[in-house]
Amino acid sequence: MAQQTLLSVENLTVQFRGDAGWVNAVEGVDFAVRAGECLGIVGESGSGKSVSALSILKLHGRANTRYASGTIRYGGHDLLTVSQRRLRQVRGGEIAMIFQDPMSSLNPVLSIADQIMEPLRQHQGLSARAARRRAVELLEMVRISDASRRIDDYPHRLSGGMRQRVMIAIAVACRPKLLIADEPTTALDVTIQSQILELLRELQREIGMSVILITHDLGVVAEFAQRVVVMYAGRVVESAAVPALFERPVHPYTEGLIRAVPDPDADVSRLATIPGNIPDPSTPIAGCRFNPRCSEAVKSCRTEPPALADAGAGHFARCPPRIAAGRTA
Amino acid sequence: MFRTISVRLMQSIPVLLLVAVLSFILMHLLPGDPAVVIAGADATPAAVERIRRELGLDQSIWRQLLSWFLNLAQGKFGSSLMLNQTVLSAVGERLPVTLSLAALSLAIPLPIGIALGILAAYFRSSWIDAGVMAIALIGVSAPSFWIAIVSVILFSVKLGWVPSAGYAPLLTAGPGAWFASLIQPAMVLSLFQIGFLARMTRSAMLDVLEQDFIRTARAKGVSEWRTVGKHGFRNALVAVVTVSGIIVSLLIGGSVVVEQVFALPGIGRLVVQGIMARDYPLIQGTMLLFGFAFVLINVAVDIVYTLVDPRVRYD
Repeated sequence: MAQQTLLSVENLTVQFRGDAGWVNAVEGVDFAVRAGECLGIVGESGSGKSVSALSILKLHGRANTRYASGTIRYGGHDLLTVSQRRLRQVRGGEIAMIFQDPMSSLNPVLSIADQIMEPLRQHQGLSARAARRRAVELLEMVRISDASRRIDDYPHRLSGGMRQRVMIAIAVACRPKLLIADEPTTALDVTIQSQILELLRELQREIGMSVILITHDLGVVAEFAQRVVVMYAGRVVESAAVPALFERPVHPYTEGLIRAVPDPDADVSRLATIPGNIPDPSTPIAGCRFNPRCSEAVKSCRTEPPALADAGAGHFARCPPRIAAGRTA
Repeated sequence: MFRTISVRLMQSIPVLLLVAVLSFILMHLLPGDPAVVIAGADATPAAVERIRRELGLDQSIWRQLLSWFLNLAQGKFGSSLMLNQTVLSAVGERLPVTLSLAALSLAIPLPIGIALGILAAYFRSSWIDAGVMAIALIGVSAPSFWIAIVSVILFSVKLGWVPSAGYAPLLTAGPGAWFASLIQPAMVLSLFQIGFLARMTRSAMLDVLEQDFIRTARAKGVSEWRTVGKHGFRNALVAVVTVSGIIVSLLIGGSVVVEQVFALPGIGRLVVQGIMARDYPLIQGTMLLFGFAFVLINVAVDIVYTLVDPRVRYD
């Protein structure tokens, strides 16, 4: 599948203002999304996956965040430096986003109709009447029953799953080229999770859009994504096609993550874990950031910051000892 | 909507009754014999007795309370001793002055205070924020009688822009003179309210602008202006409505001082005159009317809540 690259994030460093000055939230992040594909970004809480995703549309608050380096290449421009006007055309029109918590992501005092019609009127210049008609269609598309009546409800009358469906309807309203889904099912019941993911998959096929699916659930990635980026402590540690990553993980962290997914068939008394905790971004670790938790760390891991290197066949990892050994688990 | 209003009005009935009882008790809280106090130290026993009968103080307290309520039910709020007219007609005559002042003192601070509060919140921690907060601090902390005096010295005595005192009725003197007679007292009253509104709007907006749905609005490509004005302010409106209700209530109290300083013949001045003259029925009646006004303002605020926030319901 030699598809065209739709958007690429290159060398992105985002800093947050902390008590002791600016701290790197993500550092030197690279990844690319191809047209029509689903790219998974996985990592623990605090690994920088949401920070990277929010940076694509520059959705961080201005006061306490800065984009210290990097480019976000989209349509021949860098989204970090385009005009505010162009950025607003892209937001919601060409690249849309849904968020983790559907309970707080919808405006409580505006009707569903108002919130879905907004991007339609903004980007497609539809009249109020046409936008409303389209909004009802969108609600039907995300399978909200009785859409023509529900559209005049306010968010507090809907369940979490319904609200996430409304968020999706808003996001796909203008048939975007890319949908960024930031942990779209984390706050939902397990039964609702699969329905929402299935809905996303169908809409992706129908609209032909790319999806960036951010999750901490490797199972979700295995099922929905074609390629995957693994993040740890603000850096990309591995990126590969989904089958390759699960069959031959290069980085010990990725390996640990895969091992930590419980196998329902195995008869185990203890779940596998990765020892230790994710490091605090304000106290940088010398060398590889995973070295304090890595059982295979050698001397150079504690001093030399590793580069993201090619492990063959489009498989990249930030672990020189393993790549040098040509060893895969 | 009709249901909301009727429910809320019914809920206010006990409060209104309590207000009526409290203003009744006022007469009996006077030290000594109210009739003697009202008649004055030099009055003859016959005069004291006449006042006692006029006020019904020779009857038992329960009978007095009953006749107080019976009178209220017929719309009789008592008669003023010094003015020789009923409390209602005395208040009615002065109502246009106080309402004009109140309307102006609401129309000026609402847009200014809200706009300043939104600006301060949006440009948080900038010089704009610091400037707005400084203005607000002066507004809420400077006493209105002092501001009134300084303002008169500056704008009436030194600059001669507006009259220092007196009221020009809208219908007889024309809108220009009416406005000129009210703008200075209204500005004096507004200064506090601008500060109060700006501070409350700012804190409500700071809270709202941190919310996830603001990020959603930006992600949709909504302009900053609409994000802040529509998505943000609509949510801060509940707080602003609450503050506006308090402001209207404060206007009632604030008008007492300002009407006195600017010699405006309004209800506030009537109350002060009543107190000076120990006109207890007048004080009692106006207190009751003020109480009713407070209750109605709060009902109105509660009803506006339901318009502003779809999650609020009364039933």
